Amino acid sequence: MGISRRKFLQGGALAAAGVALTGKPGEAAVDAPELRTKGLKTTTTICPFCSVGCGLIVQTKDGRIVNTEGDPQHPINQGALCPKGGALFQIANNDRRLQKVMYRAPGSDRWEEKSWDWALERIAQRMKETRDKSFKAKELNKKDNNEYVVNRTDGMAFFGGAGLDNEECYLWTKFARAMGVGQLEHQARL
Amino acid sequence: MTNHWIDLKNSDVILAIGCNPAENHPISFKWIEKSMDAGGRLIAVDPRYTRTASKADIYAQIRPGTDIAFLGGLINYALQNGLIHEEYVREYTNATFIINEEFDFQDGMFCSFDDQEKSYDPKAWAYATGPDGKPLRDRSMKEPNCVYQLLKKHYSRYDVDKVCAITGTRREDYLKVAKAFCGTGRPDKAGTILYAMGITQSTHGSQNVRAVALLQMLLGNIGIAGGGVNALRGESNVQGSTDYGLLFHILPGYLKSPEFDNVDLKSYLEKWTPKTKDPRSANWWGNTPKYTVSLLKAWYGENATKENGFCYDYLPKRMGNYSYTKIIERMGQGGIEGLVCMGMNPAVGGPDSNNAREALGKLKWLVTVDLWETESSIFWKRPGVNPKDIQTEVFMLPAASSVEKEGSISNSGRWTQWRYKAVEPVGDSRSDLHIIDEFYKRVKALYAKEGGAFPEPITRLAWNYGNGHEPDVHLVAREINGYFTKDTTIKDKDKTLEFKAGDQVPMFKYLQDDGSTTSGCWIYCGSYTKEGNQMARRDSSDPTGLGLFPKWSWCWPVNRRIIYNRASVNPAGEPFNAKRPLIAWDALEKKWKGDVPDGPWPPMKDEKEGKYPFIMLAEGHGRLYALDMKDGPFPEHYEPVESPARNLLSPVQTNPVVKLPKNVSSDTGKFPYVGTTYRVTEHWQAGAMTRSLPWLVELVPDMFVELSETLARQKGIGNGDMVRVTTERGSIEAKALVTSRLKPFNVGGKQVEQVGMPWHFGYAGLATGDSGNVLTPTVGCANTGIPEFKAFLCNIEKGGRKG
Repeated sequence: MGISRRKFLQGGALAAAGVALTGKPGEAAVDAPELRTKGLKTTTTICPFCSVGCGLIVQTKDGRIVNTEGDPQHPINQGALCPKGGALFQIANNDRRLQKVMYRAPGSDRWEEKSWDWALERIAQRMKETRDKSFKAKELNKKDNNEYVVNRTDGMAFFGGAGLDNEECYLWTKFARAMGVGQLEHQARL
Repeated sequence: MTNHWIDLKNSDVILAIGCNPAENHPISFKWIEKSMDAGGRLIAVDPRYTRTASKADIYAQIRPGTDIAFLGGLINYALQNGLIHEEYVREYTNATFIINEEFDFQDGMFCSFDDQEKSYDPKAWAYATGPDGKPLRDRSMKEPNCVYQLLKKHYSRYDVDKVCAITGTRREDYLKVAKAFCGTGRPDKAGTILYAMGITQSTHGSQNVRAVALLQMLLGNIGIAGGGVNALRGESNVQGSTDYGLLFHILPGYLKSPEFDNVDLKSYLEKWTPKTKDPRSANWWGNTPKYTVSLLKAWYGENATKENGFCYDYLPKRMGNYSYTKIIERMGQGGIEGLVCMGMNPAVGGPDSNNAREALGKLKWLVTVDLWETESSIFWKRPGVNPKDIQTEVFMLPAASSVEKEGSISNSGRWTQWRYKAVEPVGDSRSDLHIIDEFYKRVKALYAKEGGAFPEPITRLAWNYGNGHEPDVHLVAREINGYFTKDTTIKDKDKTLEFKAGDQVPMFKYLQDDGSTTSGCWIYCGSYTKEGNQMARRDSSDPTGLGLFPKWSWCWPVNRRIIYNRASVNPAGEPFNAKRPLIAWDALEKKWKGDVPDGPWPPMKDEKEGKYPFIMLAEGHGRLYALDMKDGPFPEHYEPVESPARNLLSPVQTNPVVKLPKNVSSDTGKFPYVGTTYRVTEHWQAGAMTRSLPWLVELVPDMFVELSETLARQKGIGNGDMVRVTTERGSIEAKALVTSRLKPFNVGGKQVEQVGMPWHFGYAGLATGDSGNVLTPTVGCANTGIPEFKAFLCNIEKGGRKG
């Protein structure tokens, strides 16, 4: 993957930016786009906000995202972005992003930092305890007074998915149903 | 969407109702304006004068929750004025079908209503059938009990004056809309309807959508370039998450999740595989057994055998309704111990938020997986509560963002596009894929070690995504597509195809019901083939000039860019609109040209092999008259649960199959104004993804409430004043935004004011504010349960909480 700088410039985005900065097309080169883009690795992505599916290019340097902007080659947005798409940069570079696993004990008034291993093991135990306790092999149907095999875990619910990738959604549904979770719901119900 | 974003440029008339694309899907406007530049017209129907309305050729104001009246009036207008596309209606819809004599509609109620259960028995609405088992039809459409005549009769009640009295729309505006949009019933015109939550978030939301579809079928606008029924979906991958079945009632690919009385695979398939006696109906869901067995093979691998029903017993069986609001209700009663939220924020996103926050406190444990602290993850220290009183154990796991992992998402037009990893996840955050993988592996290890309740569905699950630290997303994508489990020979007409065990299945028509194929989601079969990852394609060629871009990414089904496209041609296979041919039958080569057709069969005129275009329905014809809706075969207007008006069309005030909760009130003395919620460009959904981004926070820093100049005068409220809005559920405070964009409605000669607000805010993040959903009621659509966020009654007073 990746777009050559030449192709990228064909989209005209940086050239146009140069014009905008200097006001004179003839001076666009003074803005020296090759200096700004030198050594950058470029990948493409799709906007994580609404469902239009606009393309963006993401430029990284030394493992950090240094620029995001509309993908001029993308047929839907042709380089354009709305304010949210234009702010993707601040999702990647943001002090408020969660960086650590946090835990809040029952009745506590604070977070405690924990390791992934500690938290995941404890979550797995909670899931298993709840499943073992609430698993319904059979259920009585009040309408015909018959018992039916239902193999369902009613003590647990799983929410979410519209912000996940397809492959994640797929593993999520596969895991949920294997756990016997019938209460699997997400944003599409709202 | 039946169509896709770029296709908007092909429309002659764009009707945006219950959506605000200029605000919420801004880049769609690139294509709406392209249509307008070419002479197309934009119509905006909305309670507010929105950003979309400001660009529109025609704006019509509508009172929230009265969409069926509005659309029913357009249906009536098209029928009364001879504006329908008659050949399309006769050939491709069920207009010609005759309904059994039992069917009746009186005083707002369809026949067969059980007053105790508050439900209908849809069997009473069935087609009349002949001795051969096929539905009886009258191609002249004159038989009084044929769908066309019943439809005409039903909507004859929706005359312009009655409709405008209900919706509050000005008569001249309504007539402008009717004339412009119904004018697309001609074969050489295309009209599209765009909708979003203004249509779905209603106690009759599914019928709102059906009213849209009915109008589009009558005008011959489905299946054509520039046409369609186009839901503008809210999240970047809500299309995908729906496709993958993250809802209680479905499995991946819209297969039904099993019910308790589908006691084994055979009875499940018997129940959910539709049948037809008409050889001209493709009845595509007749393939349900192939897709179900291929799914079970993807999930249980070699453990799934014909003898054990492919491990069907391992799937949970539902008895009852586990939709979102029902789960919150059970949670509030202490019926649920554990909840996992993957990028979802029920403390803000659902109705009656105070109640939802209380319910979270009844959990024993809660796991939130998100990029940020959300209102749900810190509900135990929210304003006004003492953490000591909340005994829920909370795990807050940091998730990687979209540019820190690799995978695909599906946009509203069904384009499935691949994203690349640009950088490593920040700090200790991990991709959701990695986190789910850990959940599974650790639970499995516990069951393998300790045993427990019915461990087999977990311990025997096929979960083979490589030996790396994290699962290999490409292996997951390949499993979703599906592969052959053994060497297989398939005869496809005159071709014989040979596949080896392990080969990717090229497309879903080759999936089998004998265990020889897998597919984790049949509609995505074809997305990752021998030719590689189709979702990553970036070829920008556009051979038809219609903007289909067939080699850019991949779209389900089978890379078909506009679905039901066989309805864009006449029965001889010739495009209805020669100027914008989407597909056309080449009689010499005996094949379709253009978009991927809805099936390979020749045109309908071919008596032997031709098929009807609506291939997903057993009868092959678009349903002007529905057989399986919970609230009737035709959309009928009822008032929202909280309404300032009496139903002017019938004595039945609200949707009769919707049970009313306790905390709703139509006491207009206490709550005189219509409340509605919506979104703004600068924020997104429950706000976690935008309220911590300084650029966006600077643009829209505060929660606000919009009200009209007349209401502001009456209440002595000035721009920027703090106000308090109250409903039967609770009250919030916010800044007042006094605007001429909001106007009162005329309801039965009386002026009723509206109060509007975004629902993006909450107590977590950089920019905080009260949540609009504290005000909204927990009552939902009869068919889907989607809550009625868009229409409720409220009061507004000057001054904040203390005021």
